[in-house]
Amino acid sequence: MASVTYRGIIMIEIEIDGKKVQAEPGSMIIEAADKVGIKIPRFCYHKKLSIAANCRMCLVDVEKSRKPLPACATPITDGMVVKTKTAEALAAQKAVMEFLLINHPLDCPICDQGGECELQDIAMGYGKDISRFSEGKRVVKDKNLGSLIATDMTRCILCTRCVRFGEEVAGIVEMGVTGRGESSEIGTYVEEHLISEVSGNIIDLCPVGALTSKPFRFKARAWELVQHNSIAAHDPLGSNIYIHTRRDDVMRVVPQECEAINETWASDRDRFSYTGLNSGDRLLHPMVKVHGQWQECDWNVALNIVNDRLQAIREVESGEHIAAIVSPNLSIEEQYLAQKYMHGLESPHVEHRLQQVDGNLIPAAALPTELQAKIADVETMDSIFLVGCDIQREVPLLGLRVRKASLQDAAIASLNPVDFKFNFSLNAKCIIDPEAFVLALAILIKSELAPGEEKDIPLLAQLAKNDVDYCGSAEYCAAIEAEMSTIKSVLASGNNKLIIMGALAVNHPQASLIQQALLWLTQRYGAQFMMLPAGANHYGAVLAGTISQSGTAITDLWRAKLAAYLLINVEPELDCTHPALALKALHDAECVVAMTAFTSERMLEYAHVLLPIAPFSEYAGTMVNLEGKWQEFNAATHPKGEARPAWKVLRVLAELAQLPGFAYDNWKEISKEIKHEVEKVVFSPLTQHYSLPLLQHALHIQPYWPMYRSDPLVRRAEPLQRCALVEDALVLLHPQTAAHYGLQDGDSVSYQQDNQVAIVGIKTDKRVAPHTLYWPMGFADTAGLWSLTPLLLESITVTELT
Amino acid sequence: MIAVDQICFRANDLPEPWTLKTYESLGGYKIWRDILQNKTDPVVLLEQIKNSFLRGRGGAGFPTGLKWSFISRNNPGQKYVVCNSDEGEPGTCKDRDILRYNPHQLIEGMAIAGYVMGATVGYNYIRGEFDEPIHRFHEALKEAYAAGFLGKNILNSGFDFDLYHHIGAGAYICGEETALLESLEGKRGNPRFKPPFPASYGLYGCPTTINNTETFASVPVILEKGADWFLELGKPKNGGMKIFCVSGHVNNPGNFEVPLGLPFKDLLEMAGGVRNGHRLKAVIPGGSSAPILPADIMMNLDMDFDSLAQAGSMLGSGAVIVMDETTCMVKILARIAHFYFEESCGQCTPCREGTGWMSRILHRILHGEGRKEHLTLLDNVAENIMGRTICALGDAAAMPVRSFIQHFRSEFEYHIEHGKCNLSGHHHDRN
Repeated sequence: MASVTYRGIIMIEIEIDGKKVQAEPGSMIIEAADKVGIKIPRFCYHKKLSIAANCRMCLVDVEKSRKPLPACATPITDGMVVKTKTAEALAAQKAVMEFLLINHPLDCPICDQGGECELQDIAMGYGKDISRFSEGKRVVKDKNLGSLIATDMTRCILCTRCVRFGEEVAGIVEMGVTGRGESSEIGTYVEEHLISEVSGNIIDLCPVGALTSKPFRFKARAWELVQHNSIAAHDPLGSNIYIHTRRDDVMRVVPQECEAINETWASDRDRFSYTGLNSGDRLLHPMVKVHGQWQECDWNVALNIVNDRLQAIREVESGEHIAAIVSPNLSIEEQYLAQKYMHGLESPHVEHRLQQVDGNLIPAAALPTELQAKIADVETMDSIFLVGCDIQREVPLLGLRVRKASLQDAAIASLNPVDFKFNFSLNAKCIIDPEAFVLALAILIKSELAPGEEKDIPLLAQLAKNDVDYCGSAEYCAAIEAEMSTIKSVLASGNNKLIIMGALAVNHPQASLIQQALLWLTQRYGAQFMMLPAGANHYGAVLAGTISQSGTAITDLWRAKLAAYLLINVEPELDCTHPALALKALHDAECVVAMTAFTSERMLEYAHVLLPIAPFSEYAGTMVNLEGKWQEFNAATHPKGEARPAWKVLRVLAELAQLPGFAYDNWKEISKEIKHEVEKVVFSPLTQHYSLPLLQHALHIQPYWPMYRSDPLVRRAEPLQRCALVEDALVLLHPQTAAHYGLQDGDSVSYQQDNQVAIVGIKTDKRVAPHTLYWPMGFADTAGLWSLTPLLLESITVTELT
Repeated sequence: MIAVDQICFRANDLPEPWTLKTYESLGGYKIWRDILQNKTDPVVLLEQIKNSFLRGRGGAGFPTGLKWSFISRNNPGQKYVVCNSDEGEPGTCKDRDILRYNPHQLIEGMAIAGYVMGATVGYNYIRGEFDEPIHRFHEALKEAYAAGFLGKNILNSGFDFDLYHHIGAGAYICGEETALLESLEGKRGNPRFKPPFPASYGLYGCPTTINNTETFASVPVILEKGADWFLELGKPKNGGMKIFCVSGHVNNPGNFEVPLGLPFKDLLEMAGGVRNGHRLKAVIPGGSSAPILPADIMMNLDMDFDSLAQAGSMLGSGAVIVMDETTCMVKILARIAHFYFEESCGQCTPCREGTGWMSRILHRILHGEGRKEHLTLLDNVAENIMGRTICALGDAAAMPVRSFIQHFRSEFEYHIEHGKCNLSGHHHDRN
């Protein structure tokens, strides 16, 4: 027999139903059958999970075997002859089908799974019309798994896919089997809500209607739904999803299989954020504020008002007094038009990096592509170094890839301000206050720096040389050095290495120095590099040019106190790192135009004109994910009310301003133009004139966006806001640090910045590094920050709440 | 006559047979000493076990020598030997007496097995309901360690063998070898699907050999007296002695260690015959999961693996359950079916769903609610479970059902037709 090799593996040949199949040695019959499209019925088998062989549905005839064998658990052998449709095989499959059905309720008419139920489908082929079972059926009490997943455990066929998903993929054992025999039940043992960030996947995995989507429950039947291709709009992974609609309403979101990006999964954020689409805050008509009163008006009026006001500012002052603040979740077409419009108004100010405060950070789009890792390669790494990265909560599905690498014995190291609980184990870690990040990296570099190399990274080299002077404590430096040396041994191990710069590092005041250090280490260790900026389309935004020139960050646009701000799908008081500063700038501005899908009380205060735009499900466009992959998405529904896609609004505004080159008939013309126009993004490297303040022994603020506070849509997704993972609007700090400052768990603390006093609640947490305030953003209650300057003791007092 | 050749029970008649002193007085641990002293080639030992035709005494009757040869002695990495003393098969009580009266022979057998397969750690998984047997085994372990027969560098041989006992928690399924391994690992006792078999992926994922108590305990005597001696005790391919646990309607129930191939009628005689004034009706010859055979077949049958298999049953664990003509077959089967329903682990579909179904149908027939179609249905449900489950519990539940219907169909039909038992004095109260 001629042997076929695939990726260097000699394939073996077996025969299934008379068809010759080449498959990898060690693979199972079912995998070989799936390869050539031979359908073998199954329930417990799932290609992404371990083999359980418990449902017995996939029994097939194998030559030389006395009894039928489970195709999912029988490894192939050379020359094996398998028959899936012989009388014996069918008898076995039909027998199992009958067993599965005897205790399954016949409630398909009221079951959400009806129409897309594996049990229902396979029962059509293998079940009997009339049951021979005349005993009482088993009833199982339902479990409350939280706000996302509804249960109907009587329908459970105990395939244990949900159990295995938790144990193997999500890395958190939440579901399990209790009881024995016929009394076996799937549950959480002690009734608990699920706390995995990817828990919704068990809805898809469940082959029956035992686990269904709670927000979708009883809302629609599967056959009424229309499926639309889309891209998830909350993190830079670019997860492929389907949006399911009925009569122009989004009913639910499910993952679309894409092995290179999201495999078969969706994060809960991507899956359930749609529930915010029709929140009561949804803006459905253009509105203008007349004498302090909001009035609905038609588009014509609103757009002319916007144009008149911006033109007036342009004439009286200059275009430079206008800035556009753009959500990083908008399509590249919308980013591009925002930029083109602002440049048409002669303003250089257009910015999508809402959270970044260091304008010198080089965006991934401007880094050499050969340095950058592909998403699918993350799981093949031998060592991974996470810097300022809570990967599970920043990009949940990327976290699953890191976990996969870890399960295959990759060494993982972390430099973080908080000892995050991950679903993988860490081989080395250094948990320090954010201000010492650069110092820690300089210390790591110190031992590697060869003579003459200082000139490549002068600031870091200088810092490495004078580390003790810089931080003021030899003891502290030595402690960091000890921890960084364990991280170094992780970096030195294996061949495939990856350094991931997470959001906490990207949003760090010295992000560009951190980046410089990491890029240097990337090259020194022959590693690959990956950055995790906020938003779904940061990469595209950089290509489209909604980015200030090097050295300028959004903070500068707030400090400049400009005359007009055009906000596109942004709530600056929740989305930006200096919410108080942003709010002040907006209140003081002559004109604030909010192109937005949602309004808020704050927005109604500071804005002058509100223009309703379409959220991600209501328009089409292109997103570019963190590895630079362009992915188009479709409009799943028409825009609600009078909302319009932002690109159309911008097109009309530009035409009103009589700017040339905006006569686009559709969005595809814009992407064509971008592809034509955009060359390699150039970003000036870090200049020598970069001041690095001495370490202050004060309270260092580490802002972060909790997973379900990341953007306006997610914040309005009510089921996510009620799930067990949702975080409180409380600043976390280490109990010893709290004690040092005389603070206690549950205190409300007033602090002073820029002569302004604000109040925030605190909670002690041992995971947080000493002297660090782990500060949740995206909440009105924590939005008092003017800057990230460390808080001094004098500026803090405990406030008695009346 | 037979007593001379006893193997596992050879010490039973001596005072305090469970002590090291008694065991050594019989020549115990001599083989172990010799092996360690002479560094006997494990291949030689393995050949002897193979030649003896020792077959697994737990139920399946798999050739022990062949099983041991699956472990590559020289492969690096941890290997284990595990003894299955869970003895849960209804009717079986032989391992209990080996643990009570001859624990050292088991220890010696396990240590030799460890030597042959290069395993340095052994576990004896003992049924949790046992009290005295656990105690006796534990005491014997202490004695063996104190005498230097176990532990590190045993008798300066350079060979290590540590032996531990582990107490089960009362689940029948944990007598299934892979469920036993799961349980030993501290997990829920669910059987694993095979392949991989324990020989390649056993305890903690390491190569593991699991044998029954009686199997291990036979090993030292085989090596002492020779494979041929052992084989000649029984019949070709059915070597040695076998303990039968005779229970039910006999005058003198108990354990009898007899040569394999002994005619059943001789065994019945040893057990004092059917209780006085009654006739033999049927026998379950190998534990509750073995198909039942009617008296006329049994009385012409030899008690060995192959003869019983030919007759459509099996030797199983050697639990011989004897029933006279007063026995209601429906009631017995309903009880057996209820047992398997209770003991199904629930992991795989046919067993989880089918055992309850069979038990309920039998309950109906027993209590006068049977319908005509029930017998066909019952037989078909059993047929549908057979051979389609992860472990043998499904077969164990199905085989009695099928054999009872095959041999005693008319009794079931009578129950269904008349709503009551055809035997006088039987009132099956609803429970």
